[in-house]
Amino acid sequence: MSDTPNRQSEALLSVRSLSVEFGTGQGTFKAVKDVSFDVQPGRTLAVVGESGSGKSVTSLAIMRLTDYTGGRITSGQVLFRPDGGEAIDLVQASDARLREIRGNDIAMIFQEPMTSLNPVFTIGNQISETLILHQGLKGREARLRARDLLQKVRLPDADRLLDRYPHQLSGGMRQRVMIAMALACNPKLLIADEPTTALDVTIQAQILNIIRDLQQEMGTAVIFITHDMGVVAEMADDVVVMWKGEKVEQAPVRDVFASPQHPYTKALLSAVPRLGSLKGQPLPKRTPVMVMDGNVAKPVGDTHEQNTADYTKPVLQVDKLTTRFDVGKTFFGRVTHRVHAVEEVSFDIYPGETLALVGESGSGKSTIGRTLQQLVEPTGGTVRFDGRDMGAMSPADRRRLRQEIQYIFQDPFASLDPRHSVGYSIAEPIIVHGLINDRKARERRVHELLDQVGLLPQHAKRYPHEFSGGQRQRICIARALASNPKLVIADESVSALDVSIQAQIVNLLMELQEKRKLSYLFITHDMAVVEKISHRVAVMYLGQIVELGSRQAIFENPQHSYTRKLLAAVPIADPQRERASVRIEGEIPSPVRPVGQEPAIHRMREVAPGHWVAIEADSLRGAA
Amino acid sequence: MAGFILKRLLQAIFVVLAVTLIVSFAIRLTGDPAVMLVGGAGSVTEQDLQNIRQSLGLERPFFVQYLSFLEGILTGDFGKSFMGGTPVSMLIARALPATLLLAFASLIVSIILSVPLGIYAAVHRGRWPDQMIRILSLVGLSFPNFWLAIMLVLLFSIVLGILPPSGMEGPESFVMPALTMATILTATNVRLVRTSMLETLSQQYIMVARSKGLRDRVVLYKHALRNSAIPLVTYIGLQFGGLIGGIVIVERVFNWPGMGTLAFDAISNRDYPVLQGTITVLALFIILINLLIDIAYGLIDPRIRTE
Repeated sequence: MSDTPNRQSEALLSVRSLSVEFGTGQGTFKAVKDVSFDVQPGRTLAVVGESGSGKSVTSLAIMRLTDYTGGRITSGQVLFRPDGGEAIDLVQASDARLREIRGNDIAMIFQEPMTSLNPVFTIGNQISETLILHQGLKGREARLRARDLLQKVRLPDADRLLDRYPHQLSGGMRQRVMIAMALACNPKLLIADEPTTALDVTIQAQILNIIRDLQQEMGTAVIFITHDMGVVAEMADDVVVMWKGEKVEQAPVRDVFASPQHPYTKALLSAVPRLGSLKGQPLPKRTPVMVMDGNVAKPVGDTHEQNTADYTKPVLQVDKLTTRFDVGKTFFGRVTHRVHAVEEVSFDIYPGETLALVGESGSGKSTIGRTLQQLVEPTGGTVRFDGRDMGAMSPADRRRLRQEIQYIFQDPFASLDPRHSVGYSIAEPIIVHGLINDRKARERRVHELLDQVGLLPQHAKRYPHEFSGGQRQRICIARALASNPKLVIADESVSALDVSIQAQIVNLLMELQEKRKLSYLFITHDMAVVEKISHRVAVMYLGQIVELGSRQAIFENPQHSYTRKLLAAVPIADPQRERASVRIEGEIPSPVRPVGQEPAIHRMREVAPGHWVAIEADSLRGAA
Repeated sequence: MAGFILKRLLQAIFVVLAVTLIVSFAIRLTGDPAVMLVGGAGSVTEQDLQNIRQSLGLERPFFVQYLSFLEGILTGDFGKSFMGGTPVSMLIARALPATLLLAFASLIVSIILSVPLGIYAAVHRGRWPDQMIRILSLVGLSFPNFWLAIMLVLLFSIVLGILPPSGMEGPESFVMPALTMATILTATNVRLVRTSMLETLSQQYIMVARSKGLRDRVVLYKHALRNSAIPLVTYIGLQFGGLIGGIVIVERVFNWPGMGTLAFDAISNRDYPVLQGTITVLALFIILINLLIDIAYGLIDPRIRTE
């Protein structure tokens, strides 16, 4: 906001009063309103905001890619000075001129590595394409250059990768290919739209490192679009905060974190869960969340210690639970490979307690949840609920167990039936389990549940599409509570939500736990949320628990190398903090094994009362 | 791949068995070839008919006749026509190329028309080119092909006199039959290409391709088309069966010397060997086409190849 004229003149890119509209069925929707900012050569500008803030539309509009999404730039300029000379206004530029700039002077990386590479062409083909187009290289030269680029983004075995197809690569590898592709022509400006959001945290740390190193090496300016304040703190020099299509704040990164000016920025920062914020405190804690009410941020909720756990008798006892799936069959139907999703996992959950199950893709954490909810049959081990063995139960008892253990899914958009009213969806478990047969009484119960999750009774008649993501997750929680469960399994239930909504839902879950003495199995990959909500934490790696202990023990005294690696990889929302010196390398190994090759089961050692750590084989220590 | 083809061939054997069994059985319910042969002449006695049946081998039980037909297939001998005694294999050898040429000509015309039109409609989704193409496709779908065939003959042969009304002589004789067949194929394929293209165009990798600075043509025909091809190829495989069915009528109208005409005459004359032979060969062709389509999937999409 305080750009001196001098700085403006040397800016690589100047966005001036940019507005973008989309035509919808009900008229036009203004996605970006009068936004201006500058990007300096070689520096990183982070554009932050929540869903619907217009940050992604802004990034597409810079290269006029909004032309292809039905968007219309209604006013403003995008001035680009590739060689420090004459500025080109990209809003007015011809299609031919734009094509020369796209991929050559300005390149872009997108959010979803799984879908941003074309599945039917080889990696080599897709990287070479840009080189042939913009640099006039011939087939063989382009291929050699593509190989160099793959090595630059630290992909091993670059020669063979050139002939591979995207589906043969992991998400992290694909995102590196995407970066190689974007940097192929040494662009002056790289636009990265949530490039690490879909990745596991250790992979995210690697990708961020690569972007940072290459940026320094090549002097590229970067516009980094993200909702993650941790990533902002680690990557950005300057920050633009967007809210409802408008720029509400712009400042150097330290200033934004140290003294946010706009109420929305303050609210956003207050909602960000910060790793290490509960240091020295044994219990999880509810804290007030700043919520925007019109143009002012208001605190909602109070500070409250979550002293709810009752460690006399466990409600759930899991002993040596093993779940495997067959994959890969020969012509004659013989199984060749198995997914060893869960291997001899043991833990207890006590009444009123939240046990967090953390780990990355393929760690088996979600399979455990599904096994407990009887969506998957275990291969071995026992599960006891209230002391009764689940495996020995009659079908009727097992059905009753479904009423005592409820599930909240990750995606609030996909887990509600769009054709049923919200009231019906909430009442369904009550009907299925025959809990309340009187229709009037059932309605009262639905209203009561809606009230408990912070919605209104009249919402019962509405349909899921009328609600926002956060409200839908509240509805899902109401549905989970409808049958009066003792244990709720929350599988990544807050991961897809914007941080301010996430903070509110976490508070709601904690509040409900206190009121109803609920136990939670909280499955997530997000360490910062875990620190806030859980009493105890189990860290999973490749189907086994590698460390289990109180929240304080895991966060303040992590013993296993994988736990440490996981904690080191989390971006911290504090630009003053030294960057972690640990370099994280390597892919997450696959739990698929050939038949007959059983994984070794780690033995656990109790390092302090209640703090168990797997004894590490040297191979694992080396990988970390 | 070898295992896959082996599986398909095993399936094919059962399909051929089922198809031939149904056809052989069904045609024997429709009437007596001996009566057809004598053409209703009054002076024929029951004994004469009996003799004719015996000479044709029709007095034997159904399953014996069927098995001897199957035995014939294995040795490549489909028997002789009841009418005139020409070997069935010879009749088919004459008719098959005519039908296949017509079928492929229609298919190719339909692909050449429907792919660019479908893509154009998808790119201009909701705007007037899209509306026009959709309306035209609906009109095309609504024409019964025999009606369209007659109208074409009226216009081009009778009024304008520029195309031959029937027969297969020279390239110009292909125009009307192929156009008739291609109209309905194109009408459905345009919609298929449009829908499948819309799906592909919303994918992230299309935006990535645009962000690289590629021309629209490259984005559409290199990056998008191949990804939209699977539904189209699947549907063409399914269409092939319908195409063969539709060809019977179109061949009748244009007096095309193909498999349709052969089968039609065989049904009218209760000419069992010819009918069994044509149907078997057509069934084998449909199976072959579908096998080729399955192989094509793998060529189009590497994800299917590795499965």
